[in-house]
Amino acid sequence: MSAIIQVKNVSKSYWRNSLEIPVLHDLTLDVTEGEFLVLMGPSGSGKTTLLNLIAGIDRPSKGELNVAGTDIAKLNESGLAKWRSASVGFVFQFYNLIPVLTAFENVELPLLLTKLSKSERKKHVENVLNIVGLGDRIYHYPKQLSGGQEQRVAIARAIVTDPVILVADEPTGDLDKTSAQEILTLMERLNKEFKKTIVMVTHDPHAAEKATRLLHLEKGDLV
Amino acid sequence: MAVPFKYVFRSFKTRKLTTAITVTGIALVVFVFAAVLMMAYGVQKTLVATGAPDNVMVTRKASNGEISSIIDGDTRNVIRTLPFIAKDSNGKQIISEEPVVVINLEIKKGGMSNVTVRGVSHEVTLLRPQIKMKEGRMFNPSLRELIVGEAISKKFLGAQIGSKIKFAGDYWSIVGVFESNGSGFDSELWGDSDQLLNAFNRGSAVSTLTFKMANINDFEKCKLAFETDKRLVQFEPKIEQKFFEEQSEFLATFIRVLGIFITVIFSIGAIIGAMITMYSAVANRTVEIGTMRSLGFSRRSILTAFLSEALLISLIGAVVGLFFASFLQFFTVSTLNFSSFAELSFSFALSPSIVISSFIFAVVMGFVGGFLPSVRAARLNIVSALRGG
Repeated sequence: MSAIIQVKNVSKSYWRNSLEIPVLHDLTLDVTEGEFLVLMGPSGSGKTTLLNLIAGIDRPSKGELNVAGTDIAKLNESGLAKWRSASVGFVFQFYNLIPVLTAFENVELPLLLTKLSKSERKKHVENVLNIVGLGDRIYHYPKQLSGGQEQRVAIARAIVTDPVILVADEPTGDLDKTSAQEILTLMERLNKEFKKTIVMVTHDPHAAEKATRLLHLEKGDLV
Repeated sequence: MAVPFKYVFRSFKTRKLTTAITVTGIALVVFVFAAVLMMAYGVQKTLVATGAPDNVMVTRKASNGEISSIIDGDTRNVIRTLPFIAKDSNGKQIISEEPVVVINLEIKKGGMSNVTVRGVSHEVTLLRPQIKMKEGRMFNPSLRELIVGEAISKKFLGAQIGSKIKFAGDYWSIVGVFESNGSGFDSELWGDSDQLLNAFNRGSAVSTLTFKMANINDFEKCKLAFETDKRLVQFEPKIEQKFFEEQSEFLATFIRVLGIFITVIFSIGAIIGAMITMYSAVANRTVEIGTMRSLGFSRRSILTAFLSEALLISLIGAVVGLFFASFLQFFTVSTLNFSSFAELSFSFALSPSIVISSFIFAVVMGFVGGFLPSVRAARLNIVSALRGG
């Protein structure tokens, strides 16, 4: 299998006033297509920063970052936005659904950036909502859904554009045990059945059990 | 593709109180803005309606109004010889030679104000057919009698039928009330031209002379006749409507400039209100902005979404402001016309251009108030935004 994500000598620092805070140090990592990679590590170890870099919502201070055949470190702001809309699906810890939009409309959001017609978008949205088991809740607003259901809508939103990679930042962090298990099962299904490459950050050891590979980060280094 | 409008609209609806306050602020400014323009337009409309497009008014050159114009008896006779004057069915020229003076009357609610008294010829009803007797009768040209415009009758003491008012050393009986279709004549008292000339010891010198053109297309020829005849060279013929339109210019411009100046100062408050509302909208929706950016929406889409929200607020403010301002059309007010130094009664008048100007003004307020917060929303760092700012 070829590497769909290539992280080569990537470093990332943040600046607070004039103080440089290094987060990732010269990190190198390959993720092959169809892999379910779980990143674990203590708070502040840089796992979310690495996830953000892979997802193209942050830029490395140094190094090369090739994701799905694109050197995303070299893309400009609008190029990166277009790349994200086509290549990455996000799942956040707190679901990040838009509260004023229904489940259907939330899932449809990324499709508005494509050239699909309204009827095609409807078909795609209904399809993914059925995959996540929420076909009967499409016109519910986020506040009318449970935490687990909200996260399933968020997952539907993440996969609706059929992205090459799926990134998840502690997707079970805000859920009870049962809901968390359902989400993990769904993620596993997306990986196994739909062949999605998944990079997931988690503190949950149960979540890690679903991984095809588990990596630990500590103080910005892979250990 | 832009952020869907339903997101903008529903987000706008979620902050009912702050949005309502901002809309109210903008609505108030639009109300004042529209009211000022309606007032200025009302003055213009009233004075334009005073003149007819086929009447020609002759005044002395360099006079800046009827009051300061004098046409002596010899000139009157020369003008009467011009071939452009229309005639009635009896072959009589349709012409009114008018002394115009200003007198002081007591307002019912207290205080005094200037009122125009116009002497008119018998043919005035043919010259100005919009004049209709509302109550009473026409004055008798042989007597010291007057008819009053309905605005004057309503506002001034002693200007009602049966009353007498004193000026030029004599008592004048009010015998009728006339209406003139909302024109400036509603704010005048009319009597017989000769009676007034006599009372004011003006000999045969009238202020203005107005006649109906037999053919208005001959106006340029008529003008040329004034320019080439040495006896008429000091006088200027003007289309009556244009004359009154020019008379309205100073007052209308004054109202407009002063009003707009005040409104612009008010608008600063409304802009700051819109800015605060939009900054708070951005602050409350930072995570949503981060989420949409991470989904692939561009900075421009976010900027457009928040700017649209600010513009939506301002447009609603404009609709509300204009809605209430439109009721001003039912009000009639009066003020001192700077050109005649006399009372002028007029109604607020709304026009399509005022509606468009009000909307543009509101949109500018929304744009200025919403721009900086929208730029802030668009420039948010995605990672920070996802963390809640």
